[in-house]
Amino acid sequence: MSIKAHHHITPLKTYLSVGVALMVLTIITVVVSFVHFGAFNLIIAMVIASIKAVLVALFFMHLLYDNKLFMAIFSISLIFVSVFIILTMFDTMQRDSIDEVKAKPIKKNAIIYDK
Amino acid sequence: MSGNKTEVEKNYLNDQKGIKSWLLTLDHKRIGILYLYSIMFFFFIGGMSALLIRLELIRPQEVIVGADTYNQLFTLHGAIMIFLFIIPGIPAILGNFVLPLMIGAKDVAFPKLNLASWYVYIFGSLFAVYSLVTGAVDTGWTFYTPYSTSTDTSVVSMTLGAFILGFSSIFTGINFIVTIHKLRAPGMTWFKMPLFVWASYATAIIQVLATPVLGITLLLLIAERLLGIGIFDPAMGGDPVLYQHFFWFYSHPAVYIMILPGMGIISEVIAVFSKKKIFGYNAIAFSSLGIALVSFLVWGHHMFTSGQSEFAAMIFSFLTFLVGIPSGIKMFNWLATLYKGSITFETPMLYALSFMFLFAIGGFTGIMLGALSVDVHLHDTYFVVAHFHYVMMGGTVMAFLAGLHYWWPKIWGRTYNEFWARIAAFLIFVGFNVTFFSQFILGAKGMPRRYYTYLDQYQPLHAFSSVGAFVIGAGFFIMAFYLIHAMVRGKRIGRNPWGALTLEWTTTSPPSHHNFEEIPVVKNGPYDFDRIRVENDKWIYKEE
Amino acid sequence: MNHTETHPSFLAHHFSESEQQRESAKLGMWIFLITEVLLFSGLFTFYAIYRSWYPDMFINAHQHLNVALGTLNTIVLITSSLTIALAIRSMQLNNRRQTIILLITTLALAAIFLVVKYFEYSHKFHLGQLPGKFYTFTGIKGTNPHVFFSVYFMLTGLHGIHVIAGMIAIGWVLRRTINNHFSAEYYTPIENAGLYWHLVDLVWIYLFPLLYLIG
Repeated sequence: MSIKAHHHITPLKTYLSVGVALMVLTIITVVVSFVHFGAFNLIIAMVIASIKAVLVALFFMHLLYDNKLFMAIFSISLIFVSVFIILTMFDTMQRDSIDEVKAKPIKKNAIIYDK
Repeated sequence: MSGNKTEVEKNYLNDQKGIKSWLLTLDHKRIGILYLYSIMFFFFIGGMSALLIRLELIRPQEVIVGADTYNQLFTLHGAIMIFLFIIPGIPAILGNFVLPLMIGAKDVAFPKLNLASWYVYIFGSLFAVYSLVTGAVDTGWTFYTPYSTSTDTSVVSMTLGAFILGFSSIFTGINFIVTIHKLRAPGMTWFKMPLFVWASYATAIIQVLATPVLGITLLLLIAERLLGIGIFDPAMGGDPVLYQHFFWFYSHPAVYIMILPGMGIISEVIAVFSKKKIFGYNAIAFSSLGIALVSFLVWGHHMFTSGQSEFAAMIFSFLTFLVGIPSGIKMFNWLATLYKGSITFETPMLYALSFMFLFAIGGFTGIMLGALSVDVHLHDTYFVVAHFHYVMMGGTVMAFLAGLHYWWPKIWGRTYNEFWARIAAFLIFVGFNVTFFSQFILGAKGMPRRYYTYLDQYQPLHAFSSVGAFVIGAGFFIMAFYLIHAMVRGKRIGRNPWGALTLEWTTTSPPSHHNFEEIPVVKNGPYDFDRIRVENDKWIYKEE
Repeated sequence: MNHTETHPSFLAHHFSESEQQRESAKLGMWIFLITEVLLFSGLFTFYAIYRSWYPDMFINAHQHLNVALGTLNTIVLITSSLTIALAIRSMQLNNRRQTIILLITTLALAAIFLVVKYFEYSHKFHLGQLPGKFYTFTGIKGTNPHVFFSVYFMLTGLHGIHVIAGMIAIGWVLRRTINNHFSAEYYTPIENAGLYWHLVDLVWIYLFPLLYLIG
């Protein structure tokens, strides 16, 4: 048996501090959402969510201590998610940026449109 | 079979007996065989429907089926060939069988997951068969909205089938990535891996990253049909073009799931049958990863005329040209490998050379279609049909056949009749070009795809194309005959009939349950033909 | 498979040492997790595109979600993430009893999450704030408000299914812990169940502000 006892054991204090940080961030994001910042509400909420996500991934999911390959894999998935969203939005946000859209929106005939 | 006691050692085929030992097997080789049988069954159905399609198109009037049946027929052909044959084909049959052997592993990392993937495949295919029986789907394999949300054929069960098949693909992908990372034999560094392993690795990455998106797309499509959630259906405020984005985010990379393992096989076969060190090993290995990466950036070229923004179309058109770079790198490296090699023309090599010829045509017409203005003229014509058949059949299927003939002796320990194999290869190559080259001309003249009838002026070329299809059919018929014969009564062969240097040829044919007598220690590259030659299954090092 | 002398009982025949098996299992789990990320990416894309098309409708509609219950559920889920992380830590320290208690706590928190979700759902069913063609509510201004509830139900519904799947996984490792399958040498399945559970939490971390807070 070649068990190497080098698995990282995170101190209890670290786990609890991360837990508390997550709670505090949750409360901050809820409170901030009631203040009106316009478009910045979205950015603030996403920044806070990302900080929380990073905390969970680094400490709870052990990405900080484990094989760095796992971190690479996880980051790659996020890159491809952004590719998906961004390239799709190149279309959906630019539908009439070069040629004016001449067809009438099909929505006018929608069953649910007048509700 | 047990007559020839001296030669028949315990191997994976005979060490356990009975149907249960097959259905509950965790041996990657046996799972490969299970896949072989089931995938070949669907290949047969898909091929038969192709012949029926070509029969119908032999003249403009109705020959055997009407318009609606024709729509179901080409959907059947497309969906079965894509989801049940080409996507799982090379990874699940040949990959499962040879990948662990090639890297000197005893099995894949997760044998139970591997078996599960086969059961999931069968389960998903049952849904597909179910939707055939209960009023076949007529949407085409792409299930485009809004038609797929309004037609009353069994779209839900068919898409559910494709959704389930996705899991099978993901399981195989996970298994391959982990196996390649963690189970390589001692000395098998990343750059001593055979190129088929590199290609399978790149394929697995695409499978893992893209297939879930197909899953969610099909779930959303099902939700759209059942709940009218308003994402894709314009009547509910949705956007049908968005469906195409979702669909092609998976399905364009899926095209590379189909072709990349094929390219891996070609790299093996070209090197072995030229007895020459492969030219540009690193370039071929990295171009596989390059293709995997770029494949995610180009999906919009399927949508140039769909109503997506011109801005996005320009970006996608530009990005599409990038795919030409890694594919070109591979082609040139194979050509350079052939140069001054000691080439022999056994059947696998015939298919490999067919691949190079046909894939070049398929690839170049792909670049043509990727050009925005040309595509507006050619989209949805037979030109497109011909293009993707040159890539999918001329590329992937030829590579699959090359691999099948290359490893068939290893799988069964018996070899096939070379004469009939060459006849079949010839028939398939000629028949293929007859069938599909004429479709380039048809398409350029304006013949639209997916119609069961056409103007009289297209009749000669259509008839020509149909004749070719039956020539291909004859080739496959001969192939089925001699391959089955080889399984049962073929000539026994030793460990290394082709004189190859990858690890699967160092073990017995067929391999034992544990693959190797002892775990091999790798000292050489997979293509060191300049240093090593093989005589009577033994490696002989040349003087330096 | 007569390697039993040299192999620990948990080590499969095709691995040569337990560290290789552990790393393989975790690598497999991580790859599986990215398939989950990509699965959810479709729904987040759905959200992003329709929000960019109908920003006002999204803002009007999101005010009909209950922020208090959403916050409660966020806290419940974060706590459950903490408890399962601690459960793994206890197993690393060979404290089986504590592991069992922490796993049960995690399961209980997951159940609370689902109960809260049930109350939210039934309230929406009652008001007719339903996805797609079942949408009958009339109090929201803007284009196609039913799409917001489609996004809401698809995202929270798929997430809910993952919560249930996570509970099954945790229940399974709990059973194996009780049956004494694990020790400080071998606890990879708990780690993997934990990874899965953290991913469920990660999805919720984004889902909560997007749906409840900013619409």
